[in-house]
Amino acid sequence: MPESHSRDLLRFDKLTIAFDGVPVLQELSLEVRRGETLALVGESGSGKSVSALGAMNLLPDNAQVEGGRWLGETDLTRLRKRDWQGLRGGRVGFIFQEPMTSLNPLHTVAKQIGETLRLHQGLSGRAARERARKLLVQVKLPRPDELLDAWPHQLSGGQRQRVMIAMAIANDPELLIADEPTTALDVTVQQDILALLAELRDRHGMGMLFITHDLNLVRRHADRVCVLYNGREQETGPVSEVFLSPRSAYTRTLLEAEPTGHPSPVPAGAPLLSARDVAVSFQRPKRLFAKRPPAFVAVKPMNLHIAPGETLGIVGESGSGKTTLAMALLRLTPCDGEIDFGGERLDRLSGNALRKRRRRFQVVFQDPYGSLSPRLPVSEIVSEGLRFHYPKLTESEVLQRVQATLHEVGLPADCAARYPHEFSGGQRQRIAVARALILEPELVILDEPTSALDRTVQKQLVELLRDLQTRRGLSYLFISHDLAIVRAMAHRVMVLKDGELIEEGDCRDVLENPASDYTRALVKAAGLRADA
Amino acid sequence: MTLAFTSKLSPIARRRISVFRQNRRARVSLWIFLVLFGLSLLAELIANDKPIVMQFDGQWYAPLLVDYPETEFGGFLPTRTDYHDPFIQEQLKEHGWALWPPIPFSYQTLDMQMMRPSPSSPDSRHWLGTDDQGRDVLARVIYGFRLSVFFALVLTAGSLVMGVLIGGIQGYFGGKTDLVGQRLTEIWSGLPVLFLLIILASMVQPGFWWLLGIMLLFSWLGLVDVVRAEFLRARNLEYVRAAKAMGLPSRLIMWRHVLPNAMVATLTFIPFLFTGAITTLTALDFLGFGLPPGSPSLGELVAQGKNNLHAPWLGITAFVSLSLMLSLLVFIGEGLRDAFDPRHIQHAQSVTPLTRTPPNA
Repeated sequence: MPESHSRDLLRFDKLTIAFDGVPVLQELSLEVRRGETLALVGESGSGKSVSALGAMNLLPDNAQVEGGRWLGETDLTRLRKRDWQGLRGGRVGFIFQEPMTSLNPLHTVAKQIGETLRLHQGLSGRAARERARKLLVQVKLPRPDELLDAWPHQLSGGQRQRVMIAMAIANDPELLIADEPTTALDVTVQQDILALLAELRDRHGMGMLFITHDLNLVRRHADRVCVLYNGREQETGPVSEVFLSPRSAYTRTLLEAEPTGHPSPVPAGAPLLSARDVAVSFQRPKRLFAKRPPAFVAVKPMNLHIAPGETLGIVGESGSGKTTLAMALLRLTPCDGEIDFGGERLDRLSGNALRKRRRRFQVVFQDPYGSLSPRLPVSEIVSEGLRFHYPKLTESEVLQRVQATLHEVGLPADCAARYPHEFSGGQRQRIAVARALILEPELVILDEPTSALDRTVQKQLVELLRDLQTRRGLSYLFISHDLAIVRAMAHRVMVLKDGELIEEGDCRDVLENPASDYTRALVKAAGLRADA
Repeated sequence: MTLAFTSKLSPIARRRISVFRQNRRARVSLWIFLVLFGLSLLAELIANDKPIVMQFDGQWYAPLLVDYPETEFGGFLPTRTDYHDPFIQEQLKEHGWALWPPIPFSYQTLDMQMMRPSPSSPDSRHWLGTDDQGRDVLARVIYGFRLSVFFALVLTAGSLVMGVLIGGIQGYFGGKTDLVGQRLTEIWSGLPVLFLLIILASMVQPGFWWLLGIMLLFSWLGLVDVVRAEFLRARNLEYVRAAKAMGLPSRLIMWRHVLPNAMVATLTFIPFLFTGAITTLTALDFLGFGLPPGSPSLGELVAQGKNNLHAPWLGITAFVSLSLMLSLLVFIGEGLRDAFDPRHIQHAQSVTPLTRTPPNA
C-alpha cells in the first residue's frame, strides 16, 4: 500500500477521470497541506471542478475515476457509501459557485445550517440554533439573530455566500473545497469573502482547495497554485514562483491574457447620442387596501453623451443600474427624460417609427448562452434583422451580407448553417456581435459582453471590438464591472452606484486618480496592474 | 453547405426527422397508425353493403357512387336497391356479375339472412361477429376508427390554434392582459362540460359537428396554462430582448422566437389532447350523449359489450381497438416531442464541437 504523508491533508496520485470513456482529467497529482490554500486554476472545461467532485465521489454514474486519493490517512478509493456521507460535510466542507441556487429557497437559514449540525453532530433544537448563531457571527454576518429566520431570497449574494460558508465550516472540517466561491459576486464583496475564508482557514487550521479562473484572486489569496489545461496539469508551485517565472507556455499565455492597450483616440464632434435627466423607476406592487409604496428608483436622473466613434464605459457593481440605464437608452424600459439620437428625439417615438430607428442602435448582451435562440441556425439569427429592415434584399444578397459579417467578426464561413450550441462561449459572443453589426448601426450597446468568458477569450473579443470600432467608426456604450477591460475599451467612463452617478471623466484619469472613495475602493479591489 | 443554407428551414427539419427516425418505437407506431388510418379512409371500399362495380344486362353500374332504384334490376318498387335481398342476388347471378368489397356489410347494414340470433359469434360471414342489432362488428370498428381519429384530429388542431393564440397573447404581453385573461379562462373552465352536453342533447340532436364545436369550446383550456407559462418565461430571455432591440414587431418575435420554445411543451401535450379527445368521444357515446344512434362509434360498442356479457367478442374488440389506437398515438407523440427537443438532437447527432486551438503544443 502506498504511504501517505501525514502533513498532506488531501493528496491525489495520478487522478484520472473520464466520462463514458472520454477523458476529462489526466494523471493529476497534487497535495493540499494543513493551513495552506492550493489554487486550482484553468479555463472553463479544463477539469478543475471535475477533479474536486471526482475526488469526493460526487460525479454521476457515467464517470470513471481512477488513481489514488487520500484525505489525511483515509484512502478515499476504499470508502463505502455510508462512510462518504459522514465525510462530506463533516471532514470536508464545500462552497459552490452559485449562491443563488445552492441554498434551498424553501428553508430558513437556521434550518439549513441546523440540518448539517443534526446530521453530523446530532445537535437539534435550541443547541443547533445557538451553534448556528455562533457560525453566523463567525462569518461576520450582520444582525445574526434576525438572519437566522431569514429566507434565502431576503439575502444578498454576498450574504448567501456567507451562509454557505457557515454551513461548510459548521462541523469543523479539515478540508474546505471552494469551487469558484466568488465568481458570482461583486469585486468588493469578493475581497471580503476571500479574506474571511483565509481567516477561518488560519483559525481552524484547515486546508483549502480553491478552484478559480481568476488569476488576480490566486495571486492575492493562495499559497500554491496548480495550473490545468484541457485536463492536464501544466505546472504546480508556490504562487510567487509561478507568477514570476512561469515554466509552461500555457501559464504564460494565461498571465498575459489581461487585456492591454487603449482605444484609438477620436476627434471631438457633435454627440451621436445625448441624454438629459434620464431616470428609471419601477412601481412596487400594491397590497389590497394599502397605499402604494413609493416607486423604486433604479436610475436617478443623469446626463450622458456619446460622440461618434467614442466608447463610453459604464462601471459599477451589480444593482448599480448599469443595465437598466442601457435598456432605457434602448427604449426597452420605460423611462423619463430626453434621449436625443442623431438629432432626433428618441423618447418621443413609438411603435413603427421607433422600430425603424432601432437599426441604428444595437445591443450585445452579457450571456452568450441565453442571447442566441437555440432553435435557429446561425445564418437565421444573424440575418433576421436584415430581412426585416431591408425586405427588398434578395436571398443571395442576404447570404452575401451574412457571410461578409461572419468573416468580419472572425468566424469560419461554414458556421452559418450550424446551431448555437455547437459553439463555445467566445464564438457565440462573436455571433451576437455579428447580429448587431449586420444592420450597420452607429451605436452598439455592449452589456457586459465579456463577463461570461475566459480571460484569454476576453482579450480576443476586446481586440475584435476595438478593431471594428476603428474600421467602422462605431460608438460603444460599454457596460462592465471589470476595470481591466474597461480600461482597454473606453475613452470615458461613468461610475454608477445605486443608480447614482458617482464620477465621470476621462478613462485614464478616473482609474488612476479616482476622485471618490467608492471608485478608489473599486480600483483597489480590481487589483489593476500598472499600465504598460 | 450553401444548399442547406438556402432552403430555409430544412436543416432543422432534417435533424428533427432523423431524430424521429432513430426512435424505433415511434417510427413503427407511426407506420402502423398511418396504414390503419389509410385503410380506414378507404372504408367504403372495404366494408360496404353495395358492390363496388357490377355489370347487369351488359351495362356497367357503380352502386358505390350512384343509388339505383330496384326497378333497374327487375324489382317491383322504385326504392333504393337492397343488394343483399335474395331476389336481387338471384337476378344478379343470372344477368351479370358484381365485385363486392371484402366485407359485404356497411356499418349500419342489418344482416337479414342471418341464421342465428344476434349478437352472433364470429364466423366466416362476420369475422368479428355481429352486435345485438345484427350489424357487422368489423365494419363498425373500421368506420368507428376513422370517425374517432378524424374527430380527434380536428379537435386537437382547433384547440391547438385557440390555446396557443390565447395563451401566447396572455404570456407575451403579461400584466393586465394576462390578469384579465386568466380570470376569464378560470371562469370559463368552471362551466360543467358534461352537463352542458346533456342539456344540449335534449334541445338538439347532437351530430358530429355539434359535438366537435362544444368540445372545442373547452378543450383548449388545458393548453393555455402550458403555453402561457412558456411565453412568460421566454419573453424575458435575452434573445427575445435582442430581437426587440433589433426592432422586430411583436407578432414576428412571438412567431419566430417564442413559439418554437413553447412548442416543445405544447407538443408534449398534444398526445394527451388527442387521446383525450378520443376517450371523451368514446365516453359520451358509451353514456348515450354522443353521436346520433346508428353512427359507427367505438363507445357504443363498449356499451354493447357491457350489456352483452355473454358475447365477449364485443367487449374484447372494443378494448383491443381502443387500446391499440391510444397506445400508437402515445408512442408517436413521444417520438414527436423528442424530435422537437434540441437537447435530444444534440445527443442523437453527437455534434463535433469546434475545437479550440491550444495556445501551446
